[in-house]
Amino acid sequence: MMANDALHREEAEEQKSGWRDFPTHIVIFLAPATIVYTLFMVYPLIDSVRLSFYGTAEDGQFYFAGLQNYVVMMTDTLWSEPFWNALKNNFIFFLMHMLVQNPIGLLLAALLSLPQVTGRSTYRTLIFFPTMLSVVIIGFIWQLILSPLWGVSESLLGYIGLEAWFRPWLGEEGTALLTLSLISVWQFVGIPMMLIYAALLSIPDDLTDAGVVDGANHFWIFLYIKLPLILPAIAMVSILTFVANFNAFDLIYAVKGALAGPNFSTDIMGTFFYRTFFGFQLQLGSPTMGATVATLMFLVILIGVMLYLFGIQRRLNRFQL
Amino acid sequence: MTPSTIKSSWTAPLAVSAIALMLAGHAAAGELRIESWRSDDVDIWNDTILPVFHEKHPDIQVVFAPTPPADYNAGLNAKLAGGTAGDIITCRPFDASLDLFKQGQIIALNDLEGMANFSDVAKSAWQTDDGADTFCLPMASVIHGFMYNKEAFEELGVEPPKTIPEFMALLAKIEEEGSYTPLSLGTADQWEAATMGFQNVGPNFWNGEDGRKALIAGDAKLTDDAYVATFAHLAEWAPYMGNGYQAQKYSDSQNLFTLGRAAIYPAGSWDIATFNDQAIFEFGAFAPPVPEGADECYISDHTDIAMGINAASANQEDAKLFLEWTASAEFAELYANSLPGFFSLSSHAVELTDPVAQEFVSWREQCNSTIRNSYQILSRGTPNLENELWNVSAQVLNGTLSPEEAADQVQSGLAKWYEPQQ
Repeated sequence: MMANDALHREEAEEQKSGWRDFPTHIVIFLAPATIVYTLFMVYPLIDSVRLSFYGTAEDGQFYFAGLQNYVVMMTDTLWSEPFWNALKNNFIFFLMHMLVQNPIGLLLAALLSLPQVTGRSTYRTLIFFPTMLSVVIIGFIWQLILSPLWGVSESLLGYIGLEAWFRPWLGEEGTALLTLSLISVWQFVGIPMMLIYAALLSIPDDLTDAGVVDGANHFWIFLYIKLPLILPAIAMVSILTFVANFNAFDLIYAVKGALAGPNFSTDIMGTFFYRTFFGFQLQLGSPTMGATVATLMFLVILIGVMLYLFGIQRRLNRFQL
Repeated sequence: MTPSTIKSSWTAPLAVSAIALMLAGHAAAGELRIESWRSDDVDIWNDTILPVFHEKHPDIQVVFAPTPPADYNAGLNAKLAGGTAGDIITCRPFDASLDLFKQGQIIALNDLEGMANFSDVAKSAWQTDDGADTFCLPMASVIHGFMYNKEAFEELGVEPPKTIPEFMALLAKIEEEGSYTPLSLGTADQWEAATMGFQNVGPNFWNGEDGRKALIAGDAKLTDDAYVATFAHLAEWAPYMGNGYQAQKYSDSQNLFTLGRAAIYPAGSWDIATFNDQAIFEFGAFAPPVPEGADECYISDHTDIAMGINAASANQEDAKLFLEWTASAEFAELYANSLPGFFSLSSHAVELTDPVAQEFVSWREQCNSTIRNSYQILSRGTPNLENELWNVSAQVLNGTLSPEEAADQVQSGLAKWYEPQQ
């Protein structure tokens, strides 16, 4: 009987503690982020997708139009040409970052993590510094440097006898986008450097020491030991670059304005969206068409991130260090 | 510090800012806020213009609250939609304001007495297409032409040109002499190419209002000789525009001229005030040169700026009182003289004191006035003619588009949506 009572008590306590075990603290800890994120990211995103299914009437009222905006965007050359042009330019912008920014970031991180380097934190700070500056300042500085009227680049080229190579790079159709991409690379190269550098630092010394004992030089150690270990970091840098580039807007707007000249050669999705949504000069803005562009931008980024998640991230080998 | 003082130290500023926000949203009676894109003029409004009004109407407090020009249209629309816009709205010409009127954001001003002081042409930029309703009170126009460095011209022994062949010979001579950039104009910002280039010299080719109205009626096309010739003339400028003009911005062009490094500057009259401040030499102005053998001259005298009343304003009576004042001779004189280069649109005779502004306004007597041909009706569709003109004019100056291709491109853009041109 006594034993039975004790058993009952234990069961009751177990039931009570079952309630007590409900992870209230997890809900509480997740709540601020979930609420803020839902309110300021998820809801506006869903609402702008909803808006893209509406048209704007003469008197400014919205009416439901189904997929009409998307049909116009894809079939009417007035919209499809600027759209594909902006998308193409955006891919060039992204490729320049992948081919120039991230390799240089990797190289700088590898150099910084060499044991013999002195003044490492000075370099790190200096290289990261432009990232912290406002894009408006970056745009202004580089326009001055490259200016054919007041800039130093012509005379600098002159010192090494290449004065004839100087062109108004920011003003010519063939070079404007590449120049802007390189300015952006210069500004943001600190970010891949820092992320990769952090990953390199987390590699235990015993691994590299073992490599040294086996007779590997720095290059081999980097190629066969460090690089495989930091691949997840590089993949993350790539996807961050992708998302940031397809959301880019500020540098182009600061340097070339919303019309992204000459002849739309620097027009990317962000500037195309701006002109469509807010209008420009005599072009009146259209919130519904703008929402369509925004949704397409979201789709492009979504597809890119999905490809990465299913195509690349799952195949990466991760090592427990 | 006790907990209660900590608490009050942050709640107090919070309460103050909350009250301030409420006040900003609901201006008290007797207070008017002006929305404007003329952020350059804020000192002149505060120090010169508004004090005169406040002296007359001490019970009305007017605040000039400008936004930067490039953000104005987008910002104003957002503010109107959100109900936080000021009582008085500075009106862009034609469709941007017409749209606001159609959406019921600004009110009709037909019964304003001061409206009688403005000509039909002046009012046309702020009327419905049938002319039945006027929704903004015209304020000022801007005139295009060329400004030149007088000292440089004396030094080189040259005179302002009258005809296009004279103009081209002059440019060639300045280039040959070599100490000045002949023409201070860049294409990086694109709009100068259209506004200071195409719209500046063009009216002489398409005969001003006649050509502009023929385009709207569909009787003329942008591929006609007049427009191709305008682009061809622009293309001739390129060799004289100085090194790397493709990357030269508006402010670069202004600086190049005010630093005395360029001889001629294709101008809008609004540049006068800036140049008065910055130029270290005497400068003058000449009207757009006419083609050889032309006996009439045409200038772009563009209706640029007006004022309307926010339909949601709680204080429309005071706003009307203020607009009546801006229609007066007193305001016209005050405005035109404190902002040389903005010419009053009212029929009051205004005495101008600035010599360059006098020169600009004197062309109204000698030449026929017109407005920019892309502003009325023709920029209503997609692609809109104004933005197209920026793009092709810049490309013609950059040499990446021939005059014929440029004319074709703008015409086919217009024909896509504008029925009379189809």
